[in-house]
Amino acid sequence: MELTNENVLGKIISEFGEENIWEAYSPDGIMTFQTNRETIHALIKYLRDDEELNINFLTTLCGIHFPDLKDKELCVMYQLHSMRHNYRIRIKVFFPIADPVMPTMTDLYAAANWMERETFDFYGVQFTGHPNLTRILNIEEMEYHPMLKQYPLEDQTREDKIDTYFGR
Amino acid sequence: MATDIKTAELTELEQFRKDHGLALHEERQLTTLNLGPTHPATHGIFQNILQMDGEEIVDAVPTIGYIHRAFEKIAERRPFYQITPLTDRMNYCSSPINNMGYHMTVEKLLGITVPKRAQYIRVIMMELARISDHLICNSILGVDSGAFTGFLYVMQEREHIYDIYEEVCGARLTTNMGRIGGMERDLSPKALHLIGEFLKRFPKVWAEFEKMFTRNRIFVDRTKDVGAISAERALSYGFTGPNLRATGIDYDVRVMNPYSSYEDFEFEIPVGAKGDTYDRFLVRNEEVWQSLKIIEQAYKNLPEGSYHADAPHYYLPPKQEVYTSMEALIYHFKIVMGEIDAPKGEVYHSVEGGNGELGFYLISDGGRTPYRLHFRRPCFIYYQAYTEMIKGGQLADAILTLSSLNVIAGELDA
Repeated sequence: MELTNENVLGKIISEFGEENIWEAYSPDGIMTFQTNRETIHALIKYLRDDEELNINFLTTLCGIHFPDLKDKELCVMYQLHSMRHNYRIRIKVFFPIADPVMPTMTDLYAAANWMERETFDFYGVQFTGHPNLTRILNIEEMEYHPMLKQYPLEDQTREDKIDTYFGR
Repeated sequence: MATDIKTAELTELEQFRKDHGLALHEERQLTTLNLGPTHPATHGIFQNILQMDGEEIVDAVPTIGYIHRAFEKIAERRPFYQITPLTDRMNYCSSPINNMGYHMTVEKLLGITVPKRAQYIRVIMMELARISDHLICNSILGVDSGAFTGFLYVMQEREHIYDIYEEVCGARLTTNMGRIGGMERDLSPKALHLIGEFLKRFPKVWAEFEKMFTRNRIFVDRTKDVGAISAERALSYGFTGPNLRATGIDYDVRVMNPYSSYEDFEFEIPVGAKGDTYDRFLVRNEEVWQSLKIIEQAYKNLPEGSYHADAPHYYLPPKQEVYTSMEALIYHFKIVMGEIDAPKGEVYHSVEGGNGELGFYLISDGGRTPYRLHFRRPCFIYYQAYTEMIKGGQLADAILTLSSLNVIAGELDA
């Protein structure tokens, strides 16, 4: 079967129902859609194990922070790849920052281990079931998750770097 | 009864232990060995705490992040053109590939099509970078197995590649090569001459390097069946690039999702069979030959035309025009100050980096900086498998496995 955005989406929706898969679009040719925390693990397992789809390579996953979206502040993006069909797919899960819990994918992909640790390190997303959810790039003693948008890049109290015209 | 027999047959040592109130048998004692963070054999700053049973590795705990510089965070505050120097510092053995991968990502977002000539120049530079990357990896593998000569011999050729970089962009290691929209200048006659000379000289050097290692009994004995990984495990661990191809899977971004006119060139994807250190070495060797083939084709068929796209909002105007034309001055000012907004969008672009699929996931909210820029760094993803690959092996083999994986600390930590 030739994989196209339409037939893959149709297959996924018929498996998981329209209430669990929404906002499908393809910003750069890669089909992107949203799902919820309850579905994501089963969905990625389904994509991996389905004979026809064979989307069995976890290219990357990363966190994104949208402070202005109420109750959808945090997002985890999964990008998967089917090497057999040369087809890529991107899945997003939004959840509130007050409850930053996601299921782990380490049982499906060994590669997810460090990617999830990185996402935890940067955004504070708690991956339940992860074998060793500790910081990976930053020091253990760090008290915050630095990629969240409320943390500025530079120390804002410094006066020697203020540039009125170009907004440092 | 059995216990009685046992007590009756105490060895001299056991009798001694019993008399002195010690445990009869010594417990198996593991040695903790700290490999790294700064160790000549890790070729970069990362640590492995090994549990050793004699010479055998029982367990390993990798620690990374020693040169984490928060590139993803910095990128959120920088105008697009200022992010290129950050990408230099990821895989610093093949900076031009990172630079151009990033440029192509932004071009995809902006919808800029780059002229053929610029694409071919990019291909030449990227393949030179791949050669220099593989050359370091394979020669360092030689050094770690005790063969220093090959390393010194081919390192000279890397200098010649760096001479070409210098002629093309002015820098040698952290190149910051090209611009969003093309190259910053055309290939000069001297650069073309240097590339031509390199193409003539290098095959002989590489053939000799191969001769020194490929059938070398000592080298083969040290690397064969060392640090092997199966294709399934490699896929699960997210391997890409030469390390994945060594396990027998012919995945290459250049062929599967051609970018920058790679579809115009004829080349083959070498694959291994077992995924061991020797296979990785052979795959890299062969890839160097294939890269040479690509450079030759691009060099011969270099199209005429402009070396950059016509995108005045993003591509700096020529300096002489900045001083004479009002329009060019305005564009120059706005670009340098980073005051040009990119359109809203979301793109993923990947290139075949020196050690795997190097991906850039970029979200733009319509501002002057990216909203989010995530680097898919191949090293970071496949280095997880290192623990599994070295368990049960010897310490000396672990060093060779590490070298053959081509883990670059800059890319690992970003």
